[in-house]
Amino acid sequence: MGTALNPSYFMVLSAALFAIGLYGALSRKNAIAVLISIEIMLTAVNINLVAINKFLTPEAFIGQIFAIFVITVAAAEVGLGLAIIIAIYRNRHTVDLDDFNWMKW
Amino acid sequence: MDNVYSLLAFVLLAGMILGSALLVVTLRNLVHSVLWLIVMFIGVAGTFLLLNADFVAAVQVLVYAGAVCIMLVFGVMLVQRPNMEHSNPINWRFKLAAPLVGGLFIVIGLLTAKSQLVVSGQEVPAQTVQALAPILLNDFVIPFEVAAILLTVALTGALLLVKEVKANGNGS
Repeated sequence: MGTALNPSYFMVLSAALFAIGLYGALSRKNAIAVLISIEIMLTAVNINLVAINKFLTPEAFIGQIFAIFVITVAAAEVGLGLAIIIAIYRNRHTVDLDDFNWMKW
Repeated sequence: MDNVYSLLAFVLLAGMILGSALLVVTLRNLVHSVLWLIVMFIGVAGTFLLLNADFVAAVQVLVYAGAVCIMLVFGVMLVQRPNMEHSNPINWRFKLAAPLVGGLFIVIGLLTAKSQLVVSGQEVPAQTVQALAPILLNDFVIPFEVAAILLTVALTGALLLVKEVKANGNGS
């Protein structure tokens, strides 16, 4: 039993991945890099959902259904986010988040 | 013996995922970041296979490693900078972000260590893909249709957003 997989392992992996994604989202200047970091955070959440589904309720597949919905919403989010970034780039010729300051007081 | 192999697979996959995720958020070249992102998504698909979630693993490879990464590469090409070497600079907030995410990771780790998870000893059913469709089309039929509408609206909106700005941008 000592070597069996434990849900805690997957939760720690998911927490580490979420922390890396959050670091990327906070510390990057490029808007596309921030989108990529948000994708990493959503993937971390998916690992958690599927791991809990396997170890706690293997008969019901609710966690996997949630993961599928998260993937769907993430695909829509990255498509729309890239469209907005491209639209801003065509007006402003920059994707640097620190230059998006025209709504600043 | 089976446990040892699955633990070994978990350690290798976790190293692959965390290493490539660190490269994604630290590399200076945005194209290299997107390429390492594909490696990370394939590692996550391997983790899903380890967790007996075959359909989610297949969807992960198709949607993330396939569609999303290709879309990101096209996005990078459309907003290309003169010099790709420094296309992904870090801002001053990384000094703030590093202790913040370190603290967050420690807090989640401590909570995970303290939590009492009720692990059900049941085996996962042998066929994990067939069981998804009845749930998706009975209990979750409204969210399923809403997700379909969301995808349609989001992609149509993305198309409209890019097209409209192009028409206006040429005149200015």
